[in-house]
Amino acid sequence: MSEPLLEVEDLTVQFRTHDGIVRAVDGLSFTVERGESLGVVGESGSGKSVTFMAIMGLLNRDYTLIEGEVRFNGYDLLAMSDKERRAIRGDGIGMVFQDPMTSLHPMYRVGTQIVEAVRTHRDVSKDEAWAEAVEMLRLVGIPSPKERARSYPHEMSGGMRQRVMIAMGLVLRPDLLIADEPTTALDVTVQAQILDLIDDLKRELNIGVVLISHSLGVIADVCQRVMVMYAGRAVELGSRNEVFLTPTHPYTWGLLESIPRVGADHERLIPISGSPPSLIHVPPGCPFNPRCPHRFEPCDRDRPALADRGSGHLDACHLTAEQKADIWGAREAGRTAATP
Amino acid sequence: MWQYIIRRLVWSLVVVLLVTLLAFIIFYVLPSTDPTIAFAGKQPTPEIRAEVAKNLGLNHSKPVQYLIFVKHLFLGDQYGWPGFGKSFNSREPIKGEMFSRLLVTLQLAIGALIIWLTLGISIGVLSALKRRSAMDRGAMGFALLGISTPVFFLGILGLYLFWKVLGINPGTGYVGFRDNPWDWFQHMWLPWVVLALLSAAVYARIVRGTMLDVMGEDYVRTARAKGVSERNVVIRHMLRPTIAPVLTLAGIDFALLIGGAVVTESVFNLPGIGAYVLDAVGQNDLPVAMGVTVIAAVFVTIMNLIVDIAYGFVDPRVRYT
Repeated sequence: MSEPLLEVEDLTVQFRTHDGIVRAVDGLSFTVERGESLGVVGESGSGKSVTFMAIMGLLNRDYTLIEGEVRFNGYDLLAMSDKERRAIRGDGIGMVFQDPMTSLHPMYRVGTQIVEAVRTHRDVSKDEAWAEAVEMLRLVGIPSPKERARSYPHEMSGGMRQRVMIAMGLVLRPDLLIADEPTTALDVTVQAQILDLIDDLKRELNIGVVLISHSLGVIADVCQRVMVMYAGRAVELGSRNEVFLTPTHPYTWGLLESIPRVGADHERLIPISGSPPSLIHVPPGCPFNPRCPHRFEPCDRDRPALADRGSGHLDACHLTAEQKADIWGAREAGRTAATP
Repeated sequence: MWQYIIRRLVWSLVVVLLVTLLAFIIFYVLPSTDPTIAFAGKQPTPEIRAEVAKNLGLNHSKPVQYLIFVKHLFLGDQYGWPGFGKSFNSREPIKGEMFSRLLVTLQLAIGALIIWLTLGISIGVLSALKRRSAMDRGAMGFALLGISTPVFFLGILGLYLFWKVLGINPGTGYVGFRDNPWDWFQHMWLPWVVLALLSAAVYARIVRGTMLDVMGEDYVRTARAKGVSERNVVIRHMLRPTIAPVLTLAGIDFALLIGGAVVTESVFNLPGIGAYVLDAVGQNDLPVAMGVTVIAAVFVTIMNLIVDIAYGFVDPRVRYT
């Protein structure tokens, strides 16, 4: 098998703060293949955004300590100089951010902003770059792109602006697109359009996509593989079907049980009790153990590594594969039977 | 756009009229020293006072006096347009002196504006970029000093240092640019710096604060994610939103100096418009006081309009209908 597009190994990101060292990402490893989309899900503060900000080199170096290895197309991103990494930002890896209201510069025409991305990396004339920008706007489904390129962001709707962001992220045909909560600030109907757009473009351009979201629904729509993060670590990593149909980590169980399913009347929503741990004082052992209803003897002592425990996909939990299957089966049955 | 400008100009006219009315009430209606007594000589008999009143145009009722003032202002008087009348004191027409003094004040204000914008913006931007560095702390210390030092003190200190001690400054007074450009500059640079320092300090603090906000904006992160170099991130993406609010302030502050640079003009003995009105008020020279008020009001309203229009060019979100 060829080398993966993005390979992250043992990534650790720490912030120095007045209260102590925050371990925002702790020993994270995963890969993204070309033509594949990886969904990254977790609560606020689970380290999903920070991971990719670190990969892109967008974190302030003065307060951050980044360790580990990030290989993109064979280059070691973390070992690169700022200048080398800048050449990859936008060109090799495109990024789309959460809030299209604030992520576009309010004082420049959207076309100008896309042109800037082009001319930062390619030695082309303004007119050529402008034509490329218009073409890209057409590709992301903006009607009459020639005129719209001359619009300012405030003259566009949220969905249109997010399309512009995507156009800007993809105009240089990067190999990887990182979309950080691309639909969180949008209406539900527009959300679906944007997700479809990202999915279509992924197929059309054969790129790798990372979709960061706190919404399992969004991830389930478009991602082939899913990584569940908790307290700066991956707790479960598998194909979409594996993670959604036969999840093996108690935290994933909790996540799935806390969202409503269409068609399941009278189903109880079960919140996960407690709150995420402080990343300055992470509990010893499994970071989820204080909130886990299934914890047993080793959980507050040994940290479980992310590994295949016989279930076919990766998780970080001390329970055996049989125990997990039994518990998830029982929880599923209990939930559907729970009628008022 | 043109409709907007015309509407604003009409409103400016209304504002100027209101200002003149207010000024008229303060100077002419509210009791100060009666000018007819002040200018009637040592033995002010009622006959002489009536004569003086007639001479000074004070023999009409107050409303009529105001209407005559407005009529002269807009239509001109025997000395031409705009009609400011003649000085009570020198009995000379005000217009000529007014504009020559306005010119001096404008030179002072424009020079100061250039210095304080240059200093204020560059210090503020660098401080924000090098936040918490020795340079930042030093600059903000300087800013605090600049804000808390009064102009008259700074002016006298400057004169003492550069004129008395170092002897590299020719002292107070004014030399016309056309008479001798070098002498003109020699006389202007210290007043410029003194007048600019206070505002430069205030602006440095404002710019630093705005810049720090802008640095945390999402669109700055977007620019970095595009691979834009750090230099261009600052120049293209941060500077424009940082400077936009400063322009508004600068326009108004500049306009306020027309008639408001009294202290600097007095300290450096510059024949500006502020010194003019100061003398006029002291000597009951009411037409001069009125004239300067009109000029100052016109400048403030016009600068307001210019700033608003300029803002629309810097920030496209501001649109005029």
